[in-house]
Amino acid sequence: MNSQTKQQQLRYLFARAGFGATPAELNEASRSTLRKVVRQLVSNGTSVASLQVVEPDENRTKRQLKGLFRQGQLDKEMLREQIRDNAQKVRDLNLQWLDRMASGNDALREKMALFWHGHFACRTMGRNPLFMQQYANTLRQHALGNFRDLLMAVSKEPAMLQFLNNQQNRKNAPNENFAREVMELFTLGHSASGRDNYSEYDIKEAARAFTGWQFTPEGQFVFRAQVHDDGEKKIFGKIGMFNGEDVIAMLLDNQQTARFITAKIYRSFVNETEDSKRVDQLADKFYRSGYDIATLMETIFSADWFYDPKNVGAHIKSPVELLAGLRHTLGIQFDQPQPQIFVQRTLGQLLFYPPNVAGWPGGKNWIDSSSLLFRMQLPNYVLKAAEVTVQPKEDGDVNTQLLARKGGTTFHTKVNWDAFENAFAKTTDAGLPDALAAILLPFPLRPDQRVLIEKPIKSGQSRSETIRTLTVALMSLPEYQLT
Amino acid sequence: MNRRKFLKQSAFTTAGTMLIPHFLKAYEAQMMGKGLAASNGKILVIVQLSGGNDGLNTVVPYRNDIYYRERPTIAIRPEKVLTLNDEIGLHPAMTPLKALYDEGLVTVINNVGYPNPDRSHFRSMDIWQTASDSDAYLRTGWVGRYLDAACAGKAQQPFRTIEVDDTLSLAMKGSNLNGLAMLDPKKLYNQTRSNLVTNLSKEHLTNEPEIVSYLYKTLAETVSLAEYVFNKAKVPGTNTTYPNVELGNRLKTVSQLIQAGVDTSVYYVSISGFDTHINQPGQQERLLGQYAEAVGAFMTDLKVAGRQNDVMLMTFSEFGRRVKQNASNGTDHGTANNVFLIGGGLPSRRVLNEAPNLSKLTDGDLTYSVDFRQIYATLLHDYLGADDVAILGRKFDGVKIV
Repeated sequence: MNSQTKQQQLRYLFARAGFGATPAELNEASRSTLRKVVRQLVSNGTSVASLQVVEPDENRTKRQLKGLFRQGQLDKEMLREQIRDNAQKVRDLNLQWLDRMASGNDALREKMALFWHGHFACRTMGRNPLFMQQYANTLRQHALGNFRDLLMAVSKEPAMLQFLNNQQNRKNAPNENFAREVMELFTLGHSASGRDNYSEYDIKEAARAFTGWQFTPEGQFVFRAQVHDDGEKKIFGKIGMFNGEDVIAMLLDNQQTARFITAKIYRSFVNETEDSKRVDQLADKFYRSGYDIATLMETIFSADWFYDPKNVGAHIKSPVELLAGLRHTLGIQFDQPQPQIFVQRTLGQLLFYPPNVAGWPGGKNWIDSSSLLFRMQLPNYVLKAAEVTVQPKEDGDVNTQLLARKGGTTFHTKVNWDAFENAFAKTTDAGLPDALAAILLPFPLRPDQRVLIEKPIKSGQSRSETIRTLTVALMSLPEYQLT
Repeated sequence: MNRRKFLKQSAFTTAGTMLIPHFLKAYEAQMMGKGLAASNGKILVIVQLSGGNDGLNTVVPYRNDIYYRERPTIAIRPEKVLTLNDEIGLHPAMTPLKALYDEGLVTVINNVGYPNPDRSHFRSMDIWQTASDSDAYLRTGWVGRYLDAACAGKAQQPFRTIEVDDTLSLAMKGSNLNGLAMLDPKKLYNQTRSNLVTNLSKEHLTNEPEIVSYLYKTLAETVSLAEYVFNKAKVPGTNTTYPNVELGNRLKTVSQLIQAGVDTSVYYVSISGFDTHINQPGQQERLLGQYAEAVGAFMTDLKVAGRQNDVMLMTFSEFGRRVKQNASNGTDHGTANNVFLIGGGLPSRRVLNEAPNLSKLTDGDLTYSVDFRQIYATLLHDYLGADDVAILGRKFDGVKIV
């Protein structure tokens, strides 16, 4: 019933459920059943190693630093340095997370966490590394757990409360931002038809329920009863003295939340074009499981329809997927951290800086004339130290200048070619293009493409050089942008 | 199979590769002047000042006591201001702009903003670029939607909107089409001349998944456009000297493309550095000086080329800054700001509306009286002859500049 070979299915599975696979990983996986491989991806890594760039008790927020400056404990130079240091730590957090994604360990967890980062989009405010570190670790901790726990935990993250202005949401002076986004973006979703599952009145009343949800400079969630509005509220037609936890429970009770989350997962992991009936079935199961994310993902990855040819190659890699995948496949290490920030910026996906609360739009939005050319040139930058002439825009914010600095005119990397090449020891010379393509691309090579990618091969090249040349050429094809 | 034989065989099996894809044909027919969607010949050049330019020190209310009281160390002294009328005047670094104003080419619009302003750079810039309400999130920009509308039902002309940069802004992305990002014609052309890129762009795809066709179509368009613009732009422009700064170089490229007859209706250029929280005076003086000098050269260039009346330059920033200065000789993020319209053959309205009212602030910030989308609507409808309602999603009353 399926025209895909097992190797093609495995390649596709690893590309979707992680950041791709090395030839060795595919080889290893081919020895067990697809179902077992899925099971292993889903249950991998029960203990999650936290990202850590700052010790909680060492962190100083910008406000605290300015306080120390006013008290004379920091001079102007030290103040500036400390603020810069904070921005640098947020950058380091980005790179540390990228390293985890590229490592291939616990790949589905990292992939899901990246998905949740786009879903629970949160941008660093005031470059506070501790808040972002906690936020990222919460996403990673619950990435494959229970959506109930994830929603509650993220909603109580200081980074999120700060980003959505809930510190300013007080009794008699409500700020609706948080309540609105919890409904519109995190759970029920905004209806395109205009018939929302919530009303402006629900938002107003829910905002009252979330008053008092605050955080300390040390990054602790606190409930401040003195600013909480404990009066009666009417939300979704129910009347009661609701608090924030009650609102979240009501949102989870609504099946629409399961539908909304499942549809988004389907569009990101299966196909941008939604299959309504299938999503309905999955959502129903997700709801009945009590929002078990791992089960939902296992159901998807084990389904025959997941491997349907119409889904294979239908997903455009996000910039972070592209970069982490490239690194993983060839075991690439960057000598300097900056080029990886540069790539994220140029292609429009910088971790901890989503464009707005709605996250990265994704899909075809990633592709325009300049981003496509850059993506096709990326293997040359990373693997052949080709000169980089492109420069990303500055966003105007004086505080992100550290991130804006260009990556240098060439990237310096270490590539684990030996491991990669070894996997093709038994492949004939003539078979190399197709064998490499089977690892790197979602589709078999077309004859005309085979001609093109063989073109750069020089006569008398060693086998190792031939593999490298072909790999760079294959990764430069438009199809490499797809999984 | 030896390599030679292999190549031969492949070339035979894929003879179709030599065929120009259908959309490209349509596109190249336009290049020869057939089937072009009607453009009225008017050109809009948008200059974005990223970072939030301090409008009050750009267009200075030099007779306002509150201004001097709130800005004890950074206010521009009255005697230094380049006066526009008896209320306001330009920053002293902007002599070339003042000259354009005296020629009757500049319209200043004060108090431009939008309801429920957002003081974050990225968000407010999003709002300006997408022309959304401040509580809505759009995935397309207003220039991108202009491109969609201009090409609707006609052959595609992605060259109708060009951003002079390496990467494409949200403003330039439409639902169906994206504008072209190009820092200069030669650079983009070189980027598209690798063996792989040129050959792939000629691929004739049949029965490929839609997403694959989309990537190849984007690639083919890029290569084709790069070649078109590069070849056109070989024609030398005038000898006007531009300041050798980023904006100068980019406006020079715009002028070159205009003079070469590239059929582009909207150009987009941005420069940054306006986020002046610390030591504003020196920084802003340098930037405004560069801006005025570059714009002065650009308008002079177009005048020499006889195109001044076809080209309007609009300048905006994502927000203005607080009225009260901060403790570091700078200013923090604010809201309403001024917008300049320059050239375009419109009768200049000089200073279109009232100066900011510093005694009627909203949370310490200027209160807007003109929604920026009213300006967009006017530019789209009255200047470019486009369907402003379709592009902006609803009707905005135009500003009275035409």
